[in-house]
Amino acid sequence: MNLFCVGLSHHNADVETRERFTGNPETDCVLRDSGCAEALVLTTCNRVEVYGAAEARVSTLDIARCLARKIDKHVPPDSAPFYRYEDKQCAQHLFRVASGLDSMVVGETEILGQAKKTYESARQSGAAGPYLHRLFQRAFRVAKQVRTHTDITRGAVSVGSVAVDLAEKIFGNLASCKVLVLGAGETSERTARALLSRGVADLRVSNRSAERAENLAALVAGRAIRFEEWPEQCREIDILVTSTSSDAPLLGRENLMSMLRDRIDRPLFIIDIAVPRDVDPNVNELDGVYLYDIDSLQSIADQSLALRRQQVAAAEAIIAQHVADFGQSISRALNRSPRDSEHPPVGETPLRASEL
Amino acid sequence: MDRHLLIVSTICFLAAVARTGALLRAKKFQPGRFNFLAIGLGFIFQTAFLSIRGHALGRCPLTNLFEVFIFLAWSVALIYMLVGPVYRLSLMGAFTAPLVVLLQGFALIAPIDQPHPGKLPANSWLEFHASISLIAYGAFALACIAGVMYLVQERQLKTHHLHSIFYHLPPLTDLFAAITRLLWFGFALYTLGLVSGFFVGQPLPWVQVACAIGVWVLYAAILQGQHWRRFSPKRVAALCIIGFSAALTLLWGITFTAQMQSPP
Repeated sequence: MNLFCVGLSHHNADVETRERFTGNPETDCVLRDSGCAEALVLTTCNRVEVYGAAEARVSTLDIARCLARKIDKHVPPDSAPFYRYEDKQCAQHLFRVASGLDSMVVGETEILGQAKKTYESARQSGAAGPYLHRLFQRAFRVAKQVRTHTDITRGAVSVGSVAVDLAEKIFGNLASCKVLVLGAGETSERTARALLSRGVADLRVSNRSAERAENLAALVAGRAIRFEEWPEQCREIDILVTSTSSDAPLLGRENLMSMLRDRIDRPLFIIDIAVPRDVDPNVNELDGVYLYDIDSLQSIADQSLALRRQQVAAAEAIIAQHVADFGQSISRALNRSPRDSEHPPVGETPLRASEL
Repeated sequence: MDRHLLIVSTICFLAAVARTGALLRAKKFQPGRFNFLAIGLGFIFQTAFLSIRGHALGRCPLTNLFEVFIFLAWSVALIYMLVGPVYRLSLMGAFTAPLVVLLQGFALIAPIDQPHPGKLPANSWLEFHASISLIAYGAFALACIAGVMYLVQERQLKTHHLHSIFYHLPPLTDLFAAITRLLWFGFALYTLGLVSGFFVGQPLPWVQVACAIGVWVLYAAILQGQHWRRFSPKRVAALCIIGFSAALTLLWGITFTAQMQSPP
């Protein structure tokens, strides 16, 4: 019995190629018909991969044929640049995938959830047996260890998520925060949505065009404020998001200072994503005011990404250790009958078993 | 024997400091249970030391500067054990342990463990006054630590330079709420200690009374400024550090004066 992985990912295939091999609901069964004792297909927006265990070698072309969509049957499957990993290399690849090292954004954690879901579904359908059970359970353990012992998932890597993370580091729970969005463009909408996703309930929108303000307010379940009234709002809001197309700064140090007099005990977080900037940079010198412009947000996102990349070596070391150990454990398992294996019966939660 | 317990206790706190320092230097600070466990163990040894010393003296072990420092370090650890989980467990410990090491280390090294000349008579009011005041000091110490955490976090947010510790520190508003609670808690205990001082039945040196009232006025001013929104959270955090430094100096003064004025 040998373990193998055949697949396509964002590293070697464009989206057009990947979408031709997204498989179909019966793929697992088809794969078993092609000679695999166990098989599952991990499909995400960045990859299509088959993990299988077979007595005899199953060719990459056979796998590709199983994966190819029926509507694309006229396109030869061998035209796609599939990669193939066997045994230890297969384990190493899955450990890297589950840990987010092979992802487009290094350290992203969504892939782990997708892998768990795929494995669980294959286990319940009977497509995944004892060998894939061992492989995936170990992969989940490795991913958890990598996340715990390295900073690979540390920090946000997009401007919107950096802004929201910073807001949480200032205010904690955002549910009670009052937010004013100044400017009704696409960037404002994205930031407003990111804040809403973290629990903001009181969102106000102001724009020179009242109609656009009302439209955006309706989209984000907020309320529109007349443009002349926005300076007055600064007395009570906690977060200000500005992205207007004004040529001159709308908010200076002097006028903000007078607004802050009544709210000395409450911080004000200003996210200025306008170019040219809407807020005078000197405002950041005021006590309790935290001003971030597009460059500073981008710089933090870049720092986080750089930090994650620095952690890759540490993560690879953890993975290498597990690959060596897994190699030995799978060799031992291969010498035993499948009845002695650790594969849990359907109904028992394998994730809980791995936790134990 | 009792000093050995104290040395073991200090080693426990030192282990927490060393681990935090090593992790910070490697830029991979991770919260964990190690600090909490190390401090918990250190606290047990501190308690054992104070218990043995108290048993030998037949009263609360607050008869010299050495015992005062150890009792203060014990109070800091006690308050941390009580309120630590409210903050992020290990991180509060990362800041608490160095303070305890400083207090205990100084007490162990400096020649201040001088046995009190003559047996001191038991005075429950005096013991209550001294112990409750020192526990209040423990709360002020934790407020000071929370103040340091606030200023570290605030500085990073202002300068836009985020270090690995940034992701483990609690949000500014949570830290400020913790500072406020600790200040009120410490102030209430300290007031109780101050009032009970008038019932000890012994004439107190005016310097001690003036110093004790000075500390009370200092913290009352911080709380008043915070309550009436005269001070920004950053200023309150800074005042907590200044206040505790001043209070510690005054505590030294009180104990030193008491030792100087005790009959030979």
